[in-house]
Amino acid sequence: MKRAGKILGVFGLLVATCVATSALTPYFLTAYNIENLLRRTSLFGVISIGAAFVIIVGGIDLSIGSVVALVGCLLPWLLVEHGVPIWFAVPGVLLLGLLLGLCHGLLVQRVRLQPFIVTLCGLLIYRGMARGVTGDQTVGFQNGFKGLRSLVKTRFEVPGLDGFAIPSTLLILVAIATLAVIFLRFTVWGRHLLATGRNASAARHGGVRTDRYVVLAYVICAGLAGFGGMLFILDVGSAQPADFGNFYELFAIAAAVLGGCSLRGGEGSVIGVIIGAALMQVLQNAITLIDWIPDNIQYAVIGAVIIAGAISDEGFRRLLLRRRTGTP
Amino acid sequence: MILQARNIVKRYPGVLALDGVDLDVAAGEIVAVVGENGAGKSTLMKILAGDVAPDGGDLRVDGRATRFGSPRDAIDAGVVLIHQELSLADNLDVGANILLGREPRTGPFLRRADAAVRAAAALRAAGLDLDPSASVASLGMGTRQLVEIAKALSTEARVLIMDEPTSSLTAAEADRLFETIERLRDEGTAIVYISHRLGEIERLADRGVVLRDGRFVRSFERDEIVRDRIVESMVGRDLAVDAGLRAGAGSHHGEARLEIRGLRTIRHPQHAVDLTIRSGEIVALGGLVGAGRTELLRAIFGIDRRVAGEILVDGESRRIRGPADAADAGIALVPEDRKSDGLLLDESISENLVLPGLARTAAGGVIRRPRAERGLAESLVTRMGVRPAIHDLLAGGLSGGNQQKVAVGRWVGCDPIVFLLDEPTRGVDVGAKAEIHALLDRIARSGAAVLAASSEMEELLAVSDRVVVMHEGRIAGTLARHDASESAIMRLATGGPAADVARSEIS
Repeated sequence: MKRAGKILGVFGLLVATCVATSALTPYFLTAYNIENLLRRTSLFGVISIGAAFVIIVGGIDLSIGSVVALVGCLLPWLLVEHGVPIWFAVPGVLLLGLLLGLCHGLLVQRVRLQPFIVTLCGLLIYRGMARGVTGDQTVGFQNGFKGLRSLVKTRFEVPGLDGFAIPSTLLILVAIATLAVIFLRFTVWGRHLLATGRNASAARHGGVRTDRYVVLAYVICAGLAGFGGMLFILDVGSAQPADFGNFYELFAIAAAVLGGCSLRGGEGSVIGVIIGAALMQVLQNAITLIDWIPDNIQYAVIGAVIIAGAISDEGFRRLLLRRRTGTP
Repeated sequence: MILQARNIVKRYPGVLALDGVDLDVAAGEIVAVVGENGAGKSTLMKILAGDVAPDGGDLRVDGRATRFGSPRDAIDAGVVLIHQELSLADNLDVGANILLGREPRTGPFLRRADAAVRAAAALRAAGLDLDPSASVASLGMGTRQLVEIAKALSTEARVLIMDEPTSSLTAAEADRLFETIERLRDEGTAIVYISHRLGEIERLADRGVVLRDGRFVRSFERDEIVRDRIVESMVGRDLAVDAGLRAGAGSHHGEARLEIRGLRTIRHPQHAVDLTIRSGEIVALGGLVGAGRTELLRAIFGIDRRVAGEILVDGESRRIRGPADAADAGIALVPEDRKSDGLLLDESISENLVLPGLARTAAGGVIRRPRAERGLAESLVTRMGVRPAIHDLLAGGLSGGNQQKVAVGRWVGCDPIVFLLDEPTRGVDVGAKAEIHALLDRIARSGAAVLAASSEMEELLAVSDRVVVMHEGRIAGTLARHDASESAIMRLATGGPAADVARSEIS
């Protein structure tokens, strides 16, 4: 009920932004633009779902952008510069993401470091590694590896809609989101994860292996960040280690929070997070397309929309609370 | 009359918390407000102190109609509530806490000398001989309670409302508090006093007001305040005395279900604890605060690491590295602090009730079956007598006694072999207490082994077949039901020698 309200709120904001943008610019509702939006939303959706898992257990992951950079740069570096076979390079970089998550989880759970510190250091370390390993040089596929890149480049034409095609990344997002929903809502594990985020001590006293769920959340987050990093690099083809994936963790966290995750933990919805990720992309797109908004203020606009969303959400919550309890 | 409340009404979703309650408080009297958990006492106090707005009724201060929009308004009118959970900032010193928000200042600067004088005066008024620059972190609970009173007095409070002020105090600390309260009364302060401990009310109150289910039941004058009569009007029925509860249980218990061999806790590694509990047996764990009862229970359940020791369930040694392993072995623990450890307050009653047994109701132990969960939750709500029986209500909205029923109930669904309970009736009203005792009896009769730690003598004696008394981390002695008495328990708990009869029982 409460969750549905939150999702409805961010969905309303998304619809309103889309309507306003299409009224202000003729370029928004074009087949090419919509397809591109879907592609970008799908990629960011993948890493945002990961961020949601960590936020649900009451943690935070600031290293997502750097994991995207490390995995995204290592993949072409291995394939192109070192001729490592695909069957080894792809599982290798994905495993790296999972292992980084395992490190985060163990440092948080076993060594009892604060998640903010652990993943802030991750942010610095993986960025430095990405730049160091590649010699800070641009890496890319150089028109090769078409087969691998077709994973994100394939388009499924929709008959009857002129020139519009569904990008394969959307299918990837749907697959991951489905798995995430099944995990969170229909399995005991998901329930245990949510309970751990809500009140770890009470969950532990209730026989939940809370330590494992905390570690698992970090593994899922960094794993999806790594997977997302691979998708991003396959999509764009080449990257500069110094800025590839910059700020992606903040986009992912913002999407998760807009989508109904509480930073206090215990709450979150996969659908909401995807809508949040879409909202971020539509906003960026709108700023680019609308002539009279200068492109260089885009972060300011995004920040303002998120804070407005948070304020209205809090207002809505209080309104509900007042109705229920009558307290001022 | 300083404070008059007339026909106060307060609704919460699904509950009419207060249904037209009146309360008058005059200068220089102590009015005790008693009632079961959920009777509406706390809600009424919050309304008097401006914490909660009533849905109907009038408040008068000195005969003038008033509305409190916030606790600030109430404090300005001289009405101060001292919360059950103490609210001192322990990173600040005593003086800073007393004057918090009302510091004497010149522009942005604190007038330190002035502040020290005022804080010292407030401390004296509260009967505390304490330096205002002392750190709060170094104070015991009893002194903190008195600092709260000093804080209230420094606002020139004329009405002091105290909600269970002695719940975390030792007997000596409580005595000191009572003396202060009585002196304040004699100096003309009006005091509203809430407590479950009827002995305190017999000692302190000039008048008693009984609430039940949000309604005024009756009031007692000084000479009418007698425990049994108050209990009767609180509960609205004659309580079957718990004392007979285990009388029919007999002493022929079954096989040993829990065996502890050589268990050493982190807190008291020098003492090894051995204990065996049989099927159908309720063993009470007595002792003073700090005797190591909680540590023992936590170590058995795997919350705390064990230094040494073996735990056998049904004769089989079990490897318990955490609560999840304990639960797998058939051990359940209802922890002492139900708000932080026993319940997910922001989740519904049913989510709480099904949590430990979730894997059992799930297909293949993984895929949840909402209908099975719902069925389990509904049956547990009924079996535990949770009120209100609305299972999608948040657990945090329940009264203490009903929260405790949920905290116990979440394990009942797992049919544990060994049931450990730490202070199962702390902060629980008389009626719910009897229900929880009856529940323990049923659990034992179904063949489980029950080990319950309690600080209440009456409880130790009423519900157990055997009382194991701990002292400084070791088992000081064991008393069979027919040998157990308050004095025998106290002797063991304070490190005295066991009576001869009792000693023979230890083996």
